[in-house]
Amino acid sequence: MANQKPNRSADASAGPSAGRKFAYAPAPESRAVVDLAPSYGLFIDGEFTDAADGTVFKTVSPSSEEVLAEVARAGEADVDRAVKAARKAFASWGALPGAERGKYLFRIARIVQERSRELAVLESLDNGKPIRETRDVDLPLVAAHFFYYAGWADKLAYAGYGRDPRPLGVAGQVIPWNFPLLMLAWKIAPALAAGNTVVLKPAETTPLSALFFADICRQAGLPRGVVNILPGYGDAGAALVAHPDVDKVAFTGSTEVGRAIARTVAGSRKKVTLELGGKAANIVFDDAPIDQAVEGIVDGIFFNQGHVCCAGSRLLVQESVQEEVLDALKRRMGTLRVGDPLDKNTDIGAINSAEQLARITALAEAGEAEGAERWAPACDLPSAGYWFAPTLFTGVTQAHRIAREEVFGPVLSVLTFRTPAEAVEKANNTPYGLSAGIWTEKGSRILSMASKLRAGVVWANTFNKFDPTSPFGGYKESGYGREGGRHGLEGYLADAADLTGGPASEKESATHEGV
Amino acid sequence: MKVSEQQSRLSVFKTYKLYVGGKFPRSESGRVYEVTDPKGGRWLANAPLSSRKDARDAVVAARKAVPGWSGATAYNRGQVLYRVAEMLEGRREQFAREVAEAEGLSKSRAAAAVDAAVDRWVWYAGWTDKIAQIAGGANPVAGPFFNLSTPEPTGVVAVLAPQESSLLGLVSVLAPVIATGNAAVVVAAERSPLPALSFGEVLASSDVPAGVVNILSGRTAELAAPLAAHQDVNGLDLTGAAADLAVDLEVSAADTLKRVRRPAPAPEDWTADPGTGRLTAWLETKTVWHPIGV
Repeated sequence: MANQKPNRSADASAGPSAGRKFAYAPAPESRAVVDLAPSYGLFIDGEFTDAADGTVFKTVSPSSEEVLAEVARAGEADVDRAVKAARKAFASWGALPGAERGKYLFRIARIVQERSRELAVLESLDNGKPIRETRDVDLPLVAAHFFYYAGWADKLAYAGYGRDPRPLGVAGQVIPWNFPLLMLAWKIAPALAAGNTVVLKPAETTPLSALFFADICRQAGLPRGVVNILPGYGDAGAALVAHPDVDKVAFTGSTEVGRAIARTVAGSRKKVTLELGGKAANIVFDDAPIDQAVEGIVDGIFFNQGHVCCAGSRLLVQESVQEEVLDALKRRMGTLRVGDPLDKNTDIGAINSAEQLARITALAEAGEAEGAERWAPACDLPSAGYWFAPTLFTGVTQAHRIAREEVFGPVLSVLTFRTPAEAVEKANNTPYGLSAGIWTEKGSRILSMASKLRAGVVWANTFNKFDPTSPFGGYKESGYGREGGRHGLEGYLADAADLTGGPASEKESATHEGV
Repeated sequence: MKVSEQQSRLSVFKTYKLYVGGKFPRSESGRVYEVTDPKGGRWLANAPLSSRKDARDAVVAARKAVPGWSGATAYNRGQVLYRVAEMLEGRREQFAREVAEAEGLSKSRAAAAVDAAVDRWVWYAGWTDKIAQIAGGANPVAGPFFNLSTPEPTGVVAVLAPQESSLLGLVSVLAPVIATGNAAVVVAAERSPLPALSFGEVLASSDVPAGVVNILSGRTAELAAPLAAHQDVNGLDLTGAAADLAVDLEVSAADTLKRVRRPAPAPEDWTADPGTGRLTAWLETKTVWHPIGV
């Protein structure tokens, strides 16, 4: 589903005074729906198990620094065990009729829907993102993603990737902490639909929802070993990517790690999809509806605390409306509610980790040091936990680090332009190419800009919309491959050429590809 | 004075040159290497031994050609590509001789390879205005949004042409790159580069804009290294790379996250139906959203 943002908690037209908020009584969502165990194991071959070397780590709630649970930390031996389990399971899972695989995925989709309140609260606890987001965006999208790919499982021959499409085998998947369960869904749903089995490593700061998902797999009766979950750190991810019996690597995360993965798989037959960083331009023309554009700018950079690879972190505003846009934007930023992720009125939750907070803080300081002007609304931040006020920088040049590097936090850099050509040039002046935004009332200009922007997703007069039917992925150093939609299947199906032992059989399968 | 009837005419040799930016330069290094007949070892010609600088110049020329070529209509690209096939058809005899010499083939087998190359080119010419319809489409999102996915060219693609098939192989890897709107820098088969260099003349006499295709001859490993590492190359086709070299080049390409097509595990049959894989390898999917409302 396309996520529909609910109405913001305060009225943007409340008056010119920045920072004016209605006083709202606290409206916390109950934690009682989540039954947290003191400790969790790895999920291998259908069983929860300790790490081979017995190592554990703690996962904390970033909004309070409270320890939520102790989690087994996967190492190389565990990766090997999980890949073996996935390989064993592949023999029967890959041979199962698509319709049967699909029914397992439909079951999973339904159980996610049934348990969505519990998972939303859990995700807000472990990640720090507002409950309004997990409840209204993450969880509905997770269920929709499984529902969408469930339907593909018995229709793969119609996807355009060969008449007799085959799975690759074992998929090694490494996901980030910004949308833990949603990224899991993006990875696991198409992999299973195509007939692969999975070893997935969630991020070290957000392992819990993936472990709850393991329980959903058990409830759904999914055969042992089809899904294996390995909480752990980068070393486990690296071991998984490098494992010789992994046929497919899917990664969402930083461009730096993406490069390392591309090096690791060089020369192998592993198929790779990478969803990496971004530095999206959000371009506002002088004829744009300013109020809508401001909502889009806020949504573009402050949604999920700016922990979004496709965040609209560079605002390119046409010079003639710069003042008007910035005044309205500051007024709107003044009404954003930062605080308890479980409060239903919260707009901006906690920064995911102390480490990430330090990174954001350092880049914001670099912005000031390089001469950009920093502004943030008056904002009471909780004393415990990791917090960063919504911030914008004006007077930013293209050379500034805050205009070039991915901040991955609630920090917006504002640049200006005069002509559409200048906007295109500035927007494309980045090694990234994940997403872009355009705000204008002129249809022909939208289409012209959209075709010139080198980005995989272009939002025109909207921003940060996601849907399981809509392919997502980057140009240039934002990675390769697409997730979502029909395109999302390609990364989990064998190329016609890969199936061949020689020219004779190649002839046959190549014909299939030409369908 | 009349030439005696008995005395055979002294033929005119061709100086084989590179094809870069629509022109036919020598290597900036001034180097050449001897190209010989693989059967008898007979000297055929001196081919330019391109340098790393030639490779970088070719990338500059290719980049310059990207906006015009990728911005041309698909119909126009199809017309231009079809024109190339027409020009190649008209020079079948020349290419049959060159392919026979380059690959040590009989006249008839070489002629068959040239015919297949023409037909392959026509096949790809027809794809220019169809690939978007099979690789893209409307996405039925659950909300009031127009949502359309369209394939777009990746940009500049460096192609290591197959070593064993000097014309049909070359055409089979090059045509899909430019049919989809990319610009190409091609490294010709190292030991049999002459058909590829002559193919530059076919392109130049068609309506292919300067820089859309750039053809280099020389040592594959020497030229591939700067192309794999180049910041302004977006895609890398390793078809003509030996296994060891392919690994090194893929590692190098990782720094800039190039789209890499690995060499096939088994020798490719260039007469087989190529499918669409070589077209989609050099396409990016762009998805555009817009709200629907009044």
